[in-house]
Amino acid sequence: MERQVVQRAREAYLSGRTRPLEFRLQQLHALQRMITEKETEISTALKQDINRSQYDTPLLELVGIENEIKLAIEKLAEWAAPRSVERNLLTISDEVYVQPEPLGVVLIIGAWNYPWAVTLQPLVGAIAAGNAAVVKPSELSEYSSLLLRALLPRYLDKDLYPVVTGGVSETQELLRLRFDHVFYTGSSTVGKLVMEAAARHLTPVTLELGGKSPCYIDKNCDIRIACRRITWGKFVNCGQTCIAPDYILCEPCIQGQVVECIRQTLLEFYGADPKCSPDYGRIINQRHFSRVMSLMEGYTPVVGGQSDASQCYIAPTVLKDVPPHSRLMQEEIFGPLLPIVTVSDMDDAIRFINEREKPLAMYIFCSDKKATKRMIEETTSGGVTVNDVMMHYTLSSLPFGGVGQSGMGCYHGKHTFDQLSHHRACLVRSLGMESVNLARYPPQDRRRARRVRMALKSPLIDMSKRTFIWAVTATVIGFGLFITLLVILLIAAGLNCTCWYWRGFYNYF
Amino acid sequence: MSTPPSPSPARWFRALRRTRLGEPCLKTYPLECVDLLRRARVAFQAGRTLKENFRLAQLEAVVRMLEEHECDFVDALGRDLHKPRFETVMSELLLVKNEALYAFSNLKKWMQPQHVERNLSTTLDECLVVNEPLGVVLIAGTWSSPVQMCLVPLVGAIAAGNCAIINPSECTSHTSELLHRLIPLYLDNECFHVILAGASDLPEVVELKFDHVFFTGNREEGNRIAQAAARTLTPVTLILGGKNPCYVDCQCDIATTAQRLAWARFHNAGQSLVAPDYILCHADVKARLVQALKCCLMQFYGPDPRESRSFGRMVNLEIFNRTRDMLWRSGKVAMGGQVIEAEKYIAPTILTDVAESDPIMQQDVFGPVLPVLTVNNEDEAIAFINKQEKPLCVYAYSNNSKVISRLMSETSSGSFCSNDSILQSLMVALPFGGVGASGTGSYHGRYSFDTFSHRKSCLLRGTRFECVTYLRYPPYEDRNLSLMTWASTLSQKSQGWCQIL
Repeated sequence: MERQVVQRAREAYLSGRTRPLEFRLQQLHALQRMITEKETEISTALKQDINRSQYDTPLLELVGIENEIKLAIEKLAEWAAPRSVERNLLTISDEVYVQPEPLGVVLIIGAWNYPWAVTLQPLVGAIAAGNAAVVKPSELSEYSSLLLRALLPRYLDKDLYPVVTGGVSETQELLRLRFDHVFYTGSSTVGKLVMEAAARHLTPVTLELGGKSPCYIDKNCDIRIACRRITWGKFVNCGQTCIAPDYILCEPCIQGQVVECIRQTLLEFYGADPKCSPDYGRIINQRHFSRVMSLMEGYTPVVGGQSDASQCYIAPTVLKDVPPHSRLMQEEIFGPLLPIVTVSDMDDAIRFINEREKPLAMYIFCSDKKATKRMIEETTSGGVTVNDVMMHYTLSSLPFGGVGQSGMGCYHGKHTFDQLSHHRACLVRSLGMESVNLARYPPQDRRRARRVRMALKSPLIDMSKRTFIWAVTATVIGFGLFITLLVILLIAAGLNCTCWYWRGFYNYF
Repeated sequence: MSTPPSPSPARWFRALRRTRLGEPCLKTYPLECVDLLRRARVAFQAGRTLKENFRLAQLEAVVRMLEEHECDFVDALGRDLHKPRFETVMSELLLVKNEALYAFSNLKKWMQPQHVERNLSTTLDECLVVNEPLGVVLIAGTWSSPVQMCLVPLVGAIAAGNCAIINPSECTSHTSELLHRLIPLYLDNECFHVILAGASDLPEVVELKFDHVFFTGNREEGNRIAQAAARTLTPVTLILGGKNPCYVDCQCDIATTAQRLAWARFHNAGQSLVAPDYILCHADVKARLVQALKCCLMQFYGPDPRESRSFGRMVNLEIFNRTRDMLWRSGKVAMGGQVIEAEKYIAPTILTDVAESDPIMQQDVFGPVLPVLTVNNEDEAIAFINKQEKPLCVYAYSNNSKVISRLMSETSSGSFCSNDSILQSLMVALPFGGVGASGTGSYHGRYSFDTFSHRKSCLLRGTRFECVTYLRYPPYEDRNLSLMTWASTLSQKSQGWCQIL
């Protein structure tokens, strides 16, 4: 069944429908209409899936998608235009440019934590780049995936953008088929399988995986504000965000303060009993619930710790003095548990982060700009936000992606378009001026070799400092000589004219 | 500029002894690679490659190495591929030097963090993209242009601040051995290593976990490398060969076309990833084209190409046999066709009456054989090209710009060139890479730097203006949501959106 769906998408793509920009713009407008018209249905589906509050949905998912669509509509002509490049002497009279082209049929595999954002944002880029796309939303967010399957064909082209729902077996079936690009959001373990399956067909991949995103709090920063922002970032969507701060690194002297501030903030946000708060989410299913609960085993939390298996509810929990080798620190938590690990100072924190796999995001709370810069330089991660959490995700001009075990490739805004396009180098020459080319044909000799060497030299203009100094000196000397010449000429001619002038002057008097 | 540390006396001795006796180098087994990888990683973590001065020094050292040992390279390539001096200097050494000098003059600019466009909520913040090195990268070259395929990516890796392990192809033993001997003398010994692993051992080496793998070669090997890299979640750049089609239209200057085609196809005895693989010739001009090609070949290599100093040889018996078999079982020989096994020599050959099912159309042609197929118009040519896998390059020769644009827009390939061949892969400013079955990723110039860097997005905020940020915190209220929706509509005109969270 999947095979036919993909075959139809490929045929529709090969018919050339997606090439004209008007078609792509029309599809993007239709997608935008879908988001605005069906907002309530989407919120309901999310509430049933993951108990997302009605205010969170537009904020976290829909506004982002709408903004991506608007940006794509506005800039599509600019992005799809050929991009000209620097020429060398040999190609000075030719057209040299890079042309973005669609790849073909793209497979987009979504995740369950933000089912609409991580599935539709890559789709926007795929449509803008002129590809056909097979969308496979995650089966764990059941209601959302069924709703997507019902809605998308009503607004977008049915053949070009089909939705395939199903579980592990359907995904494996899809991965056996050949695509031109695979865009996967999810965990590292499945990411490896996706990449292997794609490698069999030599298909490029974009992987948005997870990792343990560290959050370093310096002792000299405003701890109250820092904790408030961290609490928001950590417990929104019940901790099930790929870029949520996974654990906190701070010095022992401020640990108590941090815990207190977090406790206070939680009271402000969710009240005394978060279970009754309409704004607090739930864990997606029993399996993840048990997984998160088992991570907590053997440790006593200082805040929270309550749970209710029937509702998949885990209270916002903070654990302090967590040892680095504990199970909590080995895998990505993806739940409302916030461990605090103590480090002696910033260097210790840098060392701690560098010992581990490269994370998707890193957060630094510090008021000293120099120290912040040093930390950014000496560590690596997919992205960094300083003095806040998760905000680098919201700016579409910043490329969002991972590095190392946290993924490869990036997207958002123009970067999605570039990721899902092929940048084809084009050199358009003419059949004239063959005399220039004679130098490269055999049989060769030294004279020809010298000519070719000069023609192939790059860069065209030597921008080095030495040449610059010579150029400036030569210009100054030349100018000086010119002025001297002018003065001499004036004096020579002017001996008469100045005399005449003075004579005239005397006559006047 | 600091000189790289000198290798130990024992290593000197071994290197000298090896070259003097001319024995082939010992293969590097995967176990030895583990040790080299560990040393490179330690050097990288010590932060040696991060400084701009270090990178500039290494780039300068690469240029010096090529200039001082030009004769050695010419000699080694002459022995491996019977490559004429002109081709070695022009297409291999000069190319690497250009890349290195380009990187040298632009490095400062490339290393600068890039500031990006901000939206309403981040107007007071610093938003930038920082270029970071990936770590230790593996560069595996191919035998058709051994020096260029190893050193151009190396230039990119050095410029981006990585450590690298280079694996030149085992088929060109003299060149690999020369690189193995020279690189430790010019580049930093801890950061850059040369290994000589065979093609079959390469997947095992990849599984030792690098931060990026850059591979040039054929499709089967590329497939195995991609799968090995997938097992360790290593990003790859693959430059794979394919059958590069070339369309010759009825409206074109046959003499010039033939000259350019002949040069492109028969340089390096046809062993090139970017040479036109087969010609789709318009029926009207086919006879004239073949005649013109014959004249050009006579002009280039004389009546007996075997005597010509400008013509190369096959790299080894395996490739020689494969090309010879393809030649004998396909089409009709219009010119050439002589083979001499002892010298691994195949004469420049033009085949006509080639059918689509012939063996020569089923595999990449890595030899001086040029099949010419006939088509009636450009539609047939486009249909034929689209039936095959996406190639590395598509070429078109025509005076009619409409034909050229049609060919360009209706086919897909890594790169495209009209009225000439190969030049687009020599330009430093154009990205060179494949698409689909011809590979992923691209390099040359700035693109090499980007391939080997991680672009980290950084958002530096302040802790003031919490009064604005509070709008996003729970407990959520209708009032907050409507405030934010209002703010979002306000800035729609300017940039498209705003998200005050």
